[in-house]
Amino acid sequence: MTWIFDLILLVFMVITALISLHVKDLLSAAMIFGVYSFLMCLLWAGMGAVDVAFTEAAVGAGVSAVFLISTVLRTSRRSSD
Amino acid sequence: MEFLQHIADSFNYWIFIILMMIGLYAMVAKNNLVKKLIGMSIFQTAIILFYVSIGYKENATIPILSHALIHEVHHEEAGHYKEAVQEAHHDEGNAAEAAHAAAEYAAEKAGKYLEHSDHAILDINPDDYVNPLVHVLMLTAIVVGVATLGVGLAITQKLYGEFGTVEESEIIEAIKFEK
Repeated sequence: MTWIFDLILLVFMVITALISLHVKDLLSAAMIFGVYSFLMCLLWAGMGAVDVAFTEAAVGAGVSAVFLISTVLRTSRRSSD
Repeated sequence: MEFLQHIADSFNYWIFIILMMIGLYAMVAKNNLVKKLIGMSIFQTAIILFYVSIGYKENATIPILSHALIHEVHHEEAGHYKEAVQEAHHDEGNAAEAAHAAAEYAAEKAGKYLEHSDHAILDINPDDYVNPLVHVLMLTAIVVGVATLGVGLAITQKLYGEFGTVEESEIIEAIKFEK
């Protein structure tokens, strides 16, 4: 029955990817991109790739989100599209 | 339910294609440089998802051997090696004795391995473990992805210092105006 959870995770990943590209506020986009990375990491942990999963959780969701937020705070927060 | 199961088997690959195209669209069509870089990261994680999906097997576990027998053999070998080394050190200066002890240890190790190898090899079934090769490759890809994201965001900050905006169209306008 784990494939049902996989389906839910995959659908949520597509939704979060679309939302993070759609919102006008760049800080929100960075945070929703962090959510996307964590969902991806959960999926990989379920697929048996634990080493990839915790690297993604630390580096993808953590460091990437920090980079994006620091850039947004140093530049402008508003996006035209 | 059967039909859903069939879809679920290849669902990872469908989602991989969708996510990759979302990322490509963002890189090409979005006007904001930060949005472009988010699109690039989505593109990269989609490709990593594809590779991890290749290595996945049904009813398989993480690629770590968990058989007690192998540990036992290794412990015994370590004990024998310790004894051999202690013996060699006991008769210091006697090179022939040390060489003999080493040879004895090697022969003993080979015998031990043959004795236990039948069980050790029969116990390991590759179908029980997901393929770890793609995981190792994708670990590198994740780190490279973060590095490219960091370089891209650094360039974005530099451009903001130069032009006062992160919108691509406004930057191109300003460059044209300067000329």
